[in-house]
Amino acid sequence: MAVTVKTPAVKTEALDVARIRADFPILAQTVRGKPLVYLDNAATSQKPRQVIDAMSRVFEEHNANIHRGVYEFSERTTAAFEEARAKVARFINAPSEREVIFVRNATEALNLVAYAWGRDNIKRGDRIVTTVLEHHSDFVPWQQLATEVGAEIAVVDIDDNGRLRRDQLSAELRKGAKLLAITHTSNGLGTVNPVKEIAAEARAAGATVLVDVAQAVPHTPVDVQDLGADFVAFSGHKMLAPPGSGGLWGRAEILEKMRPFLYGGDMISRVTVKLTEWNELPWKFEAGTSSYVDAIALGAAVDYLSDVGVAKIHAHELSLVAYLLPRLQEIPGVTVYGPKDLESRVGVVSFNIEGIHPHDVATIFDREGVCVRAGHHCNQPLMTRLGVPATTRASMYLYNTTDDMDALVRAVHAAKKVFGI
Amino acid sequence: MDDMYRDYILDHYKNPRNFGELEGATHTYHDSNPLCGDEMTMQLKIDDGHVDDVHFTGKGCAISQASASILTEEVKGKTLEEVKAIDRDHVLANLGIPISPARIKCALLGLKALKGAAWGLTAWPGEEVKT
Repeated sequence: MAVTVKTPAVKTEALDVARIRADFPILAQTVRGKPLVYLDNAATSQKPRQVIDAMSRVFEEHNANIHRGVYEFSERTTAAFEEARAKVARFINAPSEREVIFVRNATEALNLVAYAWGRDNIKRGDRIVTTVLEHHSDFVPWQQLATEVGAEIAVVDIDDNGRLRRDQLSAELRKGAKLLAITHTSNGLGTVNPVKEIAAEARAAGATVLVDVAQAVPHTPVDVQDLGADFVAFSGHKMLAPPGSGGLWGRAEILEKMRPFLYGGDMISRVTVKLTEWNELPWKFEAGTSSYVDAIALGAAVDYLSDVGVAKIHAHELSLVAYLLPRLQEIPGVTVYGPKDLESRVGVVSFNIEGIHPHDVATIFDREGVCVRAGHHCNQPLMTRLGVPATTRASMYLYNTTDDMDALVRAVHAAKKVFGI
Repeated sequence: MDDMYRDYILDHYKNPRNFGELEGATHTYHDSNPLCGDEMTMQLKIDDGHVDDVHFTGKGCAISQASASILTEEVKGKTLEEVKAIDRDHVLANLGIPISPARIKCALLGLKALKGAAWGLTAWPGEEVKT
């Protein structure tokens, strides 16, 4: 199939990939004697020295629990934690740091909304509109909420190029919706949805708009004010930070009306044996000792991404997709799923090799040093829609090179050779 | 020579033995591995306490399909009690290739379906469908 390769919309100077790679110690590792070709960035990203050092610094220099001690180390750690919040707020252009809640990951952020907002606002007969592109973390919480309260859930389809059916989405919103839960960027196909336009339409239809930006924030500039959403959720570990860091952004006027999600220490302002008053935003939603070292490291990751420039990272990924797609598609038996061009996408390429199960593909790739994800990508409704049990997914990031793409193509040939195809 | 995708594994994958619907099956069990989307149905025809015939149907990776195919060759003629006694170590040894922890479920899907059929289960304990 011919590939349409358009020039990326954002014209930027190229990344200094060699310099970036030097910041990531793990990229010097070998797998079975072969250089590491890490192409599973949609699952989790690798970490630069700057992030690893930020974590070590806390433990080595001033570790103490936050928001509690009145001694210097506690104050320093608290300051670093709150400074990280300010960095994250600036990174997504949140109007206020009070609206940025630290959570473990996007899944926790989405569940926070499903419990603390959903249970009070979605009633029997209400409609939740979502899409077949959602990661399970932005689908199962709404499915379970709908089942629990007797609400209806509408799942908007995609077209054969992996693009959201806008006509169907508009029709569902016109029928009325209390909530639109939509992914900004598909983890399975790499499709970027026109979320700004969709959010405006959904809000006009009276829906609260929640956007899963877990695959967007690491790869494309995300501005929550420009997006026009009510909530956004993301994970730190997909954007150079450690697992255990993540964020929920929500409009203050909504967050203030919500009940807490988890109860315990730090989220209270006053407790008597009869009643408890909640702490103010954002701490109302941060019960117990936060993963403060992870959050501080997320601040360092945001610094790193800001220094490199997220728009540049996106352009770099698109150049890798432009390099890979024609080389992959000219191999007999290879089927690529999702967008075949460079419009509104990120560096995620899902494919299958005819006659070889993705798990066998990934096992053989592993011997070539190529790490990819094989499976349903926590996207079972999407796999069903595509009519496949699983796919092989290569997902790129700022440190990947055209050499990595060549290694991937060689690995496809190696798999075909093993299977005699 | 590939240590995992040996010729006999690929042969069982491409030309599975005892594959297809079994007419007159007395014991049937369907199982799946949601992680890979593998599907597997094992059918037994038990006559006088012995496996008169066995068939499987399914789709999935080379490891799950080859493992099931090899297993069906082995159980023909065995008593039902002997089938119930087959364990994972035996299946892995019979498969004869190194299996990484991530692929162990693939290698054992056939055994799981076979045991479900032999024991006359409708669902493995703890795996009942929840609504």
